[in-house]
Amino acid sequence: MTALTRPAGLSVSFSRRLVAPVTFLAFGLIDILGFAMYAKHGDAHFAFSEEFAKVTVPNLDLPAAATAYVCGAVSVALAVQRAVLPLGQAARRTGIGLVLFCFVIALLCWADVGQPVPFNIVNLLSGTMAASIPLILGALAGCMSERSGVINIAIEGKLLFGAFASGIMASAFGNLWVGLVCGALAGALLGAMLAVFALRYLVNQVVLGVVLNVFAAGLTGFLYDRVLTPYQNRLNSPATFLPVKIPLLGDIPIIGPVFFDSTVFLYITYAAIIVVQVGLFSTKWGLRVRAVGEHPVAAETVGIRVLAHRYRNVILAGALAGIGGAYLNIGSVGSFSPNMSSGMGYIALAAVIFGRWTPLGSLGAALLFGFTLELQSVLASINVPIPSNILLMAPYIATIIAVAGLVGRVQAPRADGQPYVKT
Amino acid sequence: MSDQPVELDTAGGDDGGPAEGQEEDRQRPALGRLVIQSVIEGNSLVVTTLAIVSAIVVGGLLIAFTDPVVLHAWGNFTSSPGNAIAQAWDSASGAYVAMFEGSIINPHSVAQVFQQKSLSVAFSDGAVSAVFNPLSETCVNATPLILAGLSVAIAFRAGLFNIGAQSQFIGGAMVCTWLGFGVSLPPVIHVVVCVIGAFVGGAVIGWIPGVLKAATGAHEVIVTIMLNYVLAYFLSWILGTSLMQRPGRTDLISPVIAGDAHLPLLLGSHLRVNASFLVALACAVGVWWLMERSTLGFEFRSVGANPSAARTAGMSVTRTWIVVFLIAGGLAGLASAAVVQGTDFTLTFQSYGTYGIDAITVALLGRARPLGVVLAALLFGALHAGGILMQAVTSTPLTITEVIQAIVVLFVAAPPLIRAMYRLHKATAGPAGQFLSKGWNG
Repeated sequence: MTALTRPAGLSVSFSRRLVAPVTFLAFGLIDILGFAMYAKHGDAHFAFSEEFAKVTVPNLDLPAAATAYVCGAVSVALAVQRAVLPLGQAARRTGIGLVLFCFVIALLCWADVGQPVPFNIVNLLSGTMAASIPLILGALAGCMSERSGVINIAIEGKLLFGAFASGIMASAFGNLWVGLVCGALAGALLGAMLAVFALRYLVNQVVLGVVLNVFAAGLTGFLYDRVLTPYQNRLNSPATFLPVKIPLLGDIPIIGPVFFDSTVFLYITYAAIIVVQVGLFSTKWGLRVRAVGEHPVAAETVGIRVLAHRYRNVILAGALAGIGGAYLNIGSVGSFSPNMSSGMGYIALAAVIFGRWTPLGSLGAALLFGFTLELQSVLASINVPIPSNILLMAPYIATIIAVAGLVGRVQAPRADGQPYVKT
Repeated sequence: MSDQPVELDTAGGDDGGPAEGQEEDRQRPALGRLVIQSVIEGNSLVVTTLAIVSAIVVGGLLIAFTDPVVLHAWGNFTSSPGNAIAQAWDSASGAYVAMFEGSIINPHSVAQVFQQKSLSVAFSDGAVSAVFNPLSETCVNATPLILAGLSVAIAFRAGLFNIGAQSQFIGGAMVCTWLGFGVSLPPVIHVVVCVIGAFVGGAVIGWIPGVLKAATGAHEVIVTIMLNYVLAYFLSWILGTSLMQRPGRTDLISPVIAGDAHLPLLLGSHLRVNASFLVALACAVGVWWLMERSTLGFEFRSVGANPSAARTAGMSVTRTWIVVFLIAGGLAGLASAAVVQGTDFTLTFQSYGTYGIDAITVALLGRARPLGVVLAALLFGALHAGGILMQAVTSTPLTITEVIQAIVVLFVAAPPLIRAMYRLHKATAGPAGQFLSKGWNG
């Protein structure tokens, strides 16, 4: 934790500087030694249109091995550049993006050669958006809460609460919107628990988050065994939201099917992104929240009510994460199963850190992790010669690499995790 | 900011340690008065006890009010309120009685002993063993919790959060199991080699978050949680390969480990309690010695209390992080030896159970002290052992134990809540709300 903010010594800052180039180099070598050398001979085909789309885009054919070699060479070159040249922040971020992009292209080329059907990029991207919804909402919840100075590890628990409550209510009332609202309320309930224990009883917030996750997993698991299993039909078979295509926008090639042809959850997510970003950085409320998260004593001195802001933010954050949890159930599979969030709350938390506690940064990180999740399931479905369990590890390994290799030194909101007591 | 220690003892300065020492200097009050005073003030032992009682009550309410019979009776509450309350009581108390019989002592098996012709018959046909079976099961269930709980506790004391006991458990289990079935060694040596292998396997996985934190500043909470998932999938993968899959099986299960790799049973062949329980207790003593009496442990605690001060004093903070995670990982690995060599004798893709998460609750309830961890592990071990019988007898899902555990820890972590609930006075000694949180920035 200390090393996040300041170098623990010379040797650390030196090895710290080498982490990014070494990571780049590792990616480049995998591109070359793994994908390029083992690629089957031939072209990889990529499709950019859905079937029956009104406007189609021609397919792209790339020679697989050659493309992977080029990608690998670019990554190695970037590694050398990163190690040798002092770079600005924009250049560093572009470098990270390019290396990841090259890695994905090389991987897809290797995986797609010899497939009978062209690899559909649009499906991959729209799947990414869908897979990212709970991560984005969870990460926004994390941002809101942590910007006000309360560490939010309980995102996982809020997702579970949201998924459970939305499913059972949507089933019982036969109305999806009731489910959605109840999912948000359940998330807010856990958020309220977090707020009370963290702010009133000053419990260590990391510990508290983990314990609340255990509580949520235990409670939903218990209620699943006790209530949902015997009444599967009545209580655990909600309908699911259907995709709504936005007129005109939805017909734009590539962009339309990816961004404007999805369930209501994606549109809620857009709204949430805008509200949180604008709210935090362009409104009086946001300024106050950030003041409370950075320097509560100073904020209190100028008359901002620190605890009220924290309570409100943590509970609202809970509602956001609860909607993310509702998506897992009534937005996608349409039934609850124990531990169905499978670590997405923690990945969302990593996205918050990776995104440096900004909504847009977290959004980018969440999309990256969502892409990994989706890529894993797409690759498994086209039978690449990688065992499915190894593919399933990918999002989690990507998270570790992101947090350890790429994120660099990050600064959390200054009062994040510090309880505030009026003196 | 990094000056805030992770202090688990949320009760403030009103328990054990230095406070007691100061107490001795003054005139000792009478014992009875001391007891009453401590109850009124709500010292940490009282708070813990009340937290457990409260959690059991909440758990009982959950059991009762999710029971269809009870809910039906409450549907007719206005016509027969007595019946509704009786049904709720029956449901909850039935579950807890079964839990008690499964974890402490079962009156039926005691009665069985007295129905035998003689004591020697009772011994030979297992009637006596049956009496001790619940306690044996409690110890068996507690053993991995003690070891994994020590793993989390040792990290806590050094200011680190080890949420990754599950990954370290899996790492140890893979090495331990492979040594158990893949290698032939003389009897005693085989057991020892497997146990050491479990420690090493866990330590290797534990080393990863330690070294990543030291080298890159990656927060150990994220890394350990992600490793839990990585290792779980890795285990599923490796159990499906020829490396570890049992020949002739299509499901994910390893071969049975050799008989001479089994940990010896302690109390005859009818009871499952085995040498791993002693290993766990020895580890608890070892951890106590390490933390309280050794130079290394002093460094751990210094780094945990104040990394900057420790660095100024010439300690290598990064090296300490790595060593702490090596030891913590090794202890969690040992927990897998208790499971693989003590009870299961094989490894499946679910062998890791919920030990990783339970370990956190154990360490928190035990306030990261070895004795506390052992007691907390025995309590939760009893919950698990009893929960199995409870599930069989009353069809209350075993998952209720997880809920009770989480509620216990929530209550224990918030002594002011317990004090308010039971109208206890605020502790006289120490600041009321010790600052104990620690953020991402350290």
